[in-house]
Amino acid sequence: MSTAIAEPAAPEPQSNYLTNGYSLWSWLTTTDHKRIAILYGVTITAFFFIGGAAATLMRLELVSPTPILMSAGTYNKLFTAHGVIMVWFFLIPSIPATLGNFLIPLMVGAKDVALPRVNLLSWYVFALGGCFVIVTLIAGGIDTGWTFYTPYSTRFSQTQVIYGLVGVFVTGFSSIMTGLNFIVTVHRLRAPGLTWFRLPLFVWAIYATSIILVLATPVLAMTLLLLAMQRVFGLGIFDATLGGDPVLFQHMFWFYSHPAVYIMVLPAMGVASEVITCFARKPVFGYRTMAYAIAAIAAFGFMVWGHHMFVAGQSLYASLVFSFLSYIVAIPSAIKVFNWTATLYKGSITFEAPMLYALGFVGLFLIGGLTGLYLASLGMDVDLSRTYFVVAHFHYIMVGGSVMAYFAGLHFWWPKITGKLYSESGSRLAAIVIFVGFNLTFFPQFILGIEGMPRRYFEYSPHFQFLNILSSAGASILAAGYVLPLIYLTWSALHGARAPDNPWGAKGLEWQTRSPPPVENFDAPPSIPERPYDYDPEAAEEARR
Amino acid sequence: MSASAEAVGRRANDTDSEVGLWIFLASEVMFFGLLFYGYTITRINHPQAFADASAHTDLLLGSVNAFVLFTSSLTMALAARSLRLGAQRASVRLLAATLALGILFLAIKCYEYHVDIESHLVPWGDFAVSGRLAGGERLFFFMYFVMTGAHAIHLTVGLGVLSVMLVGVARGTYTEQNSQAVELAALYWALVDTVWIFLYPILYLVHRP
Repeated sequence: MSTAIAEPAAPEPQSNYLTNGYSLWSWLTTTDHKRIAILYGVTITAFFFIGGAAATLMRLELVSPTPILMSAGTYNKLFTAHGVIMVWFFLIPSIPATLGNFLIPLMVGAKDVALPRVNLLSWYVFALGGCFVIVTLIAGGIDTGWTFYTPYSTRFSQTQVIYGLVGVFVTGFSSIMTGLNFIVTVHRLRAPGLTWFRLPLFVWAIYATSIILVLATPVLAMTLLLLAMQRVFGLGIFDATLGGDPVLFQHMFWFYSHPAVYIMVLPAMGVASEVITCFARKPVFGYRTMAYAIAAIAAFGFMVWGHHMFVAGQSLYASLVFSFLSYIVAIPSAIKVFNWTATLYKGSITFEAPMLYALGFVGLFLIGGLTGLYLASLGMDVDLSRTYFVVAHFHYIMVGGSVMAYFAGLHFWWPKITGKLYSESGSRLAAIVIFVGFNLTFFPQFILGIEGMPRRYFEYSPHFQFLNILSSAGASILAAGYVLPLIYLTWSALHGARAPDNPWGAKGLEWQTRSPPPVENFDAPPSIPERPYDYDPEAAEEARR
Repeated sequence: MSASAEAVGRRANDTDSEVGLWIFLASEVMFFGLLFYGYTITRINHPQAFADASAHTDLLLGSVNAFVLFTSSLTMALAARSLRLGAQRASVRLLAATLALGILFLAIKCYEYHVDIESHLVPWGDFAVSGRLAGGERLFFFMYFVMTGAHAIHLTVGLGVLSVMLVGVARGTYTEQNSQAVELAALYWALVDTVWIFLYPILYLVHRP
């Protein structure tokens, strides 16, 4: 111990990873996982607002059953841009590449990820893929939908499909590099004594996500390559007129894209576990079941892709199996919701902004998950497939679930990341505005779907107009809700009050170091707790009296 | 319980890189796995066309290439082993042999592509086969070019890595104590080799009388 303290190169107390060089060059050449997290954070925030702008324009158009703002072609390009950008350039990297990058080494007590240069490379590859998407947008966009279904994408679309495919293809490699890095880091760089069942659930969640990233993303890359070749050379294995099979494309696409849903939602579950236990001042209920549930969701997530093809001409027997397996995924998901609820029971609950976002996540994820059961059942799905019910369902999971949890995590760890505090009232207000706006936007879409309004339609029957206006009104509230954090978090980063090292009294290793952390994360070795989440609700209650 | 100061926050070491490489190889298996899956489904749909089309491939060149590549795997494994045992000169020679065999494979493969193009077996453009099975045969050659092409790209990357290893071992950058990079290169080379073990039968040996 004494040798570590007496080391002459010990940094002066106030130096941290943010003060370690101020030039743009120092940021672009950094291998510090914390700085790379921020590079990712800035990039995906830009993409979030581009994708959000596309959605806003769509909702504006849908106020009227007849065209008011744009042509049908423009509308198709908008929903494609919205889907492609939000899925691959915001949701998939959101929690893993920003919060995960920042926190995984801190949470396992390491100086950095296992392969820091690969980590930086992954951001450059991501940015390169992003450039292709920006070029696609400038060159006129794509109108295939984010799923690139053939034969439309290969034979008929007159838009910039190839640029878009290249963009997604390239970005895939950044996902693989990020996933690979986290797997090695969690396996190899845990501090001595930090056994698997002492790890925070966030680490478990990111670890499971990483395995999906590494195993599923190459499949997407190769599928899109085959699709591009089919489009360029006019032949291929997905074209029925040439002896190929278009449903084969759907199988390959969803073999990646269904697990991709778990890439988006498992990290969100990890964040919710951290935040809820902290603000309930109670250890996570059923820690081991939570960890096993994460592993089960990741494993079963690979076996349910066929439920996207119940009406695509898939064999009935395959559909039966996929339907059954889709129900199975509901079990570990439900375990998690029950355990979050049980964690709250008899807790000493406070409602800081991260907790509001996390509770919002649980509620919205619950609705998204339950409506998923409707879609997993064969008979219901025939009726509801390709309607707004599906749109509402997956937005409850991806926006209500993943984005809410991303905000929960961002607010929870913001003091650690920036060393600054943000406006408590502003952040609580934003959480409530987003929750209200979200429900007003998407709940009417469930009803629209049940009434039979098809998704992706530009013009619709006038009797759907009232619910569409409600949804668009909600979207404007939601948009305002998303701008609020941009304002007060930017203000906090520039002028916020200094944050203490552990403002929430939380238990993870990341709270044992300074805010913001020093370059190599810990001035002194963190002490490893005997069990994770060692909160005491009764003591917390005493202290509050 | 507090951990000791030296152990916390250690730097990445050789084992970490090896774990990382194995995970990378797993993602590579999924990468090629998708192609094998596409091949399988298409072959089930067009069994006769695939058998006929396979007969158009050059069995001799394909078999020679299989022999060349499997031999290169042996020399690669021996190169890594030699370095770990401290036989630096043997390691250099074996690495050079591996590199030469890899280049030979690529040269034969390029010649084979040349013959394929000459015999109008490229599925886009003027295709040699016509008639009822032409569609299926085109799909076979589509998969043939995509799969061998993906393999050749991996092999070319491998040749680049091998060149760096060769120079490194010759100059003494990689030594008995510091042989990790060469061993990782050998693992990667084994993947390139393994993929060919599967490509060779499904492309060249579908239905040989």
